[in-house]
Amino acid sequence: MLQKSERAIPVLMILPSVIAIAIFVYGFISWTGYVSFTDWNTLVKSTHLVGFDNYKFLFQDFRFQSDLRNTLAFTVLFIGLTMLCGLFLARMVDSKIKGESFFRNVFIFPMALSFIVTGVVWQWVLNPTTGVNLVLKSLGVTHLPKWFTSTEIVPKIHIGSIDFGLPIAVIAVALAAVWQMSGFAMAMYLAGLRSVSDDLREAARVDGATESQIFRKVILPQLKPISMSLIIILAHISLKIFDLIYAMTGPGAMFVTDVPGVYMFETTFRGNHYAQGAGIAMIMLLLVSVLIVPYLVSSFRKERG
Amino acid sequence: MKRKLGLILSAVALTGMVLTGCGGKNNGGNASPSASASSTPAPSASASASAPASQAASGGKVEIFSWWTGAGEEAGLKGLIALFSSKHPEIEVINAAVAGGAGTNAKAVLASRMQGGDPPDAFQVHGGAELNTGWVAADKVIDLNDLYASEGWKDKFPKDLVDMVSKDGKAYSVPVNIHRGNVVFYNKKIFDDNKLSAPKTFDEFFKVADALKAKGVTPLALGDKEPWTATMILENVLLGELGADDYKKLWTGELSFDDAKVKKSLETFKKMISYINQDHAARNWQDAAQLVAKGEAAMNIMGDWAKGYFTTDLKLVANKDFGWVATPNTTGSFMVITDTFAIPKGAKNEANAKEWLKVLGSVEGQDVFNPLKGSIPARIDADKSKYDVYGQQTIEEFKTAKLAPSMAHGSAAPEGFTTQANQAVNIFVTNGDVDQALKALKAAQASSIK
Repeated sequence: MLQKSERAIPVLMILPSVIAIAIFVYGFISWTGYVSFTDWNTLVKSTHLVGFDNYKFLFQDFRFQSDLRNTLAFTVLFIGLTMLCGLFLARMVDSKIKGESFFRNVFIFPMALSFIVTGVVWQWVLNPTTGVNLVLKSLGVTHLPKWFTSTEIVPKIHIGSIDFGLPIAVIAVALAAVWQMSGFAMAMYLAGLRSVSDDLREAARVDGATESQIFRKVILPQLKPISMSLIIILAHISLKIFDLIYAMTGPGAMFVTDVPGVYMFETTFRGNHYAQGAGIAMIMLLLVSVLIVPYLVSSFRKERG
Repeated sequence: MKRKLGLILSAVALTGMVLTGCGGKNNGGNASPSASASSTPAPSASASASAPASQAASGGKVEIFSWWTGAGEEAGLKGLIALFSSKHPEIEVINAAVAGGAGTNAKAVLASRMQGGDPPDAFQVHGGAELNTGWVAADKVIDLNDLYASEGWKDKFPKDLVDMVSKDGKAYSVPVNIHRGNVVFYNKKIFDDNKLSAPKTFDEFFKVADALKAKGVTPLALGDKEPWTATMILENVLLGELGADDYKKLWTGELSFDDAKVKKSLETFKKMISYINQDHAARNWQDAAQLVAKGEAAMNIMGDWAKGYFTTDLKLVANKDFGWVATPNTTGSFMVITDTFAIPKGAKNEANAKEWLKVLGSVEGQDVFNPLKGSIPARIDADKSKYDVYGQQTIEEFKTAKLAPSMAHGSAAPEGFTTQANQAVNIFVTNGDVDQALKALKAAQASSIK
């Protein structure tokens, strides 16, 4: 008897959260998935199933194709630059400079802001008629960059109904995001650098390695788990990004800065295309899970092993 | 090995911390468009807490949903509420306004409240398709024929306007104001200095634009960070090229977007946007209007809420600092944008909401609201002397002009069409591909207009 109740107690303890998660996470995901297969594209609710029509529409849609291109461009730029900046800052701060904690705080501070604030500020900073362009102008630059109002895409490779390549406007948005998140990457790398034992460096020095060799061959490999975590964290931010774009540029001329999140919001709540919006949500979920699931599986294996 | 494990663990721990942190932050960020949503029920909650006694004794409450939060319109709404309160001191008014240009945020909030079974008592809606193909088709609003009969409104509003808020002979909302969408506002000083007169046709427009361009002045100011501003130019070009009758046929499906005149309109539109300011994508409509106010650009095509912005916010004088003219070829037409109020099915205080609509539809109510908002009254018997020079002229023109519903503001076509048209226009402004835009508009017509 006693044994039975002892076994039941843990189950009872986690039951509320299991139920809550089952309803509020997986239940709603299933509902969204269901809606994405209906023709609920007006204010009138409809549960009539139409198969993959919404997905077909999305993948043929100029805007959605642009969104996928922009997300890819943004993700690559954002993760790459954030990690580089973070590593660089961490090395600087780690080089036993004076006022180390001051710099550490300065660099990590942007993370305390919301993306909305970052978006509004950088919208002014990079506005082609104000902000940095005024500085550039006074320095005598004649061909002022158009920043996020540029509609250029390099290289222009025609795929589907869009031009594939890197939209120049995305660089401006990525800059703002990198500014916000590189301090966080620095903090991660700093923790990593601190945990590399001095013994290893000493040993390498005794073996005659130069400082740059030590960094590349000894320290960087030790930072690999940090880099992996960073990529996962930054990628999930980047795939789901909405607030920064919404505040800074909106969809942009010819959708050069549009992302699935913004499209989902506008088509669902402004156009009343609920089924299409649900379709976008499901695609975003798939994109994120493609990235997260292998990571979860591998870390789960490591824990057991 | 042990160290490595420790490192992984600490990384994972940090990851977890950050993930939760980000989660919280993202929520904060995402909430911003809907922040107003979550704050909307708040006043009603506090109100019900503070006034249970008076509620029991008298007429209770009425919750008014709108997107009137801008300078002039907020003053107008407050004027209306004050008038209502003087007539019905026993009814407490809850002002549930959601900020955001052209009601784009408010509409999202409203949709979620209606679908969630928590409708306000009366809500703002543009007359026309937004009302009829949206809320009426979804069977979410009550029919107001009894109110129209008891107040005698059928003769007090223009017939075209009553048709815009009716479906199958039943009226569903009460118009409060009229805005005109086909207006070119121009900088008078620039035009006088260059001895130009306001263009009335497309030929004159391009002649004027070329002359201004030669002088180094941006001829046309556009701020299409939100694409509806560019869509407004397109609909005005359509109105100019097709005329009011054929323009209206586009929205009933009687005229296809295949028509040669639609293609010609797109060509004209393309030519017009070759005269716009470079940084249009970074500006909103106020920023574009400012270009004209400051003399950096000569003309701006905008609804006449821009007049309110010029006179109230920028303190410019009508006919001295800025002038206006109907957009090319649309002199006898009137692109109507009308704000109306409807009552949702299942409203908690339906009787009070009807009292609110009575005040809105009265001469008194319309003359309190419209001079402040900068619009003209929807009633034909309002007091003209209360309006400024622009208002008086527009009231006169409204009486004789052919009315055309605005597509950009949801009066002509369902929201679904408008969002797709906005997308097509957003692409078109940059790449100028007429065939691609036509294809997109045709697809939108096929999917949204039956």
